[in-house]
Amino acid sequence: MYSSLKAITEEVGMEKPLDRRSFLKITGTTLGAGALYQVGAAVGLDPQGLALVDRLGRQNGERVTPFSFVQLSDTHVGFEGPPNPLGTKAFEQAVAAVNALPIQPDLILVTGDLTHDSEKEGESLTRMRRFQEIAGRLRVKNVKVVPGEHDAGLDGGQLYRTVFGPSHYAFDHRGVHFVALDNVSQGKPVVGPEQIDWLRKDLARFGDNTPIVVFTHRPLFDLKPEWEWYTGDGDEVMNILAPYRNVTVLYGHIHRSHEFQNGHARHLAARSLIFAFPDPALTEDKKPLPFVPSAPFQNLGIRRLDLSIQGTRPILGVSEVELSSGEFAGTVGIQQILKGDESL
Amino acid sequence: MTPSKLAFALLCLGSGWFPIRAQESPRVIPITAKRFEYRPNEVHLKKGQPVTLVLKSEDVTHGLLCRALKLDTDIPPGQETQVTVTPGQAGTFTAICNHFCGSGHGNMKLKFIVE
Repeated sequence: MYSSLKAITEEVGMEKPLDRRSFLKITGTTLGAGALYQVGAAVGLDPQGLALVDRLGRQNGERVTPFSFVQLSDTHVGFEGPPNPLGTKAFEQAVAAVNALPIQPDLILVTGDLTHDSEKEGESLTRMRRFQEIAGRLRVKNVKVVPGEHDAGLDGGQLYRTVFGPSHYAFDHRGVHFVALDNVSQGKPVVGPEQIDWLRKDLARFGDNTPIVVFTHRPLFDLKPEWEWYTGDGDEVMNILAPYRNVTVLYGHIHRSHEFQNGHARHLAARSLIFAFPDPALTEDKKPLPFVPSAPFQNLGIRRLDLSIQGTRPILGVSEVELSSGEFAGTVGIQQILKGDESL
Repeated sequence: MTPSKLAFALLCLGSGWFPIRAQESPRVIPITAKRFEYRPNEVHLKKGQPVTLVLKSEDVTHGLLCRALKLDTDIPPGQETQVTVTPGQAGTFTAICNHFCGSGHGNMKLKFIVE
């Protein structure tokens, strides 16, 4: 599918991998709150594509058919501090942006740190309920979540599981196998042997060209261990996924966009909806980027993913969706936001 | 073994002198962890010389991760955790707490300076 163009082109007998950019086109969409820019793949099916769909369908038990989904991450409900004095406003803006998409996604994936941790009695539950209330405004009701360490790192995920259900699970959707992995609730950045064993068994029934999307909180590779941007047993997880030729790993935690290809697996980090971290290649200091009053949602945003079949190739188009505050930018705009202007 | 080497070995045994220096015990460095700091927060080491870190937590479970020193351990409260490391390279290396311990967790660091 989409994670490895090399694998795709090998499958169809092409000599050279196809440049992913050749599938991408720039489009612009205007939302009520401002401009939304996205890079997306054209969607379409031709006879060759239908043949591939049929073949994958026979292997997976379900036909692969085009659909889109959205990744939100690191909403940190309850966070208060200088890097973002606006609290949940970016999250709420993101919900409005998703609701305004002309074609509604089939599902929403939220890759952890739904809430910011609190040790005040009852406060964590309040924040989780607040997350549910805001997420409940989404027109799309198929919302799948995984925990981040701020949700589940202090109590082993006990409260999280009470509110949201299991912290790891799997499901199929239109021929794609989705796997939610928990790499936070043991306190350390690990998935753990029990979950790894579960993953091995879960994947056993699938053929090697089944499209697989893993979503989790921390990166499953050593992105920057000194900043705790890693998962200790991530290699074990990726070894289990190694035979599969179409793997995408979606994660959060690092509060910035990042793409990394390793073998057949494509790892994609999403921006947060609270504040951004700097590029670790440019600084050793892991301090949130400062809040910019004239551009309150700068460096924040959401991701839309469009699965399409183009020619004989299944493609996952990745769209970075900006949250523009439009006329609400600037000092006056921030005051309106803080007052809870419902027109946003 | 030649007769001359055998005689040298017996002489060494008899005199209590050995050409191989006896192994020295690693230096012991106590380190205390509590939210959200280590004490001390800077430790000086010598390249190639082993040290034993004696780690204690005053509150919750912490961690200590430093890939450059091949160091990755939990520090549960109520007990001592001992880890022996031998720095293989000189430089300044930052260790972090890698067991989530609360909102200041991301700033809990310890600097190892290896000379």
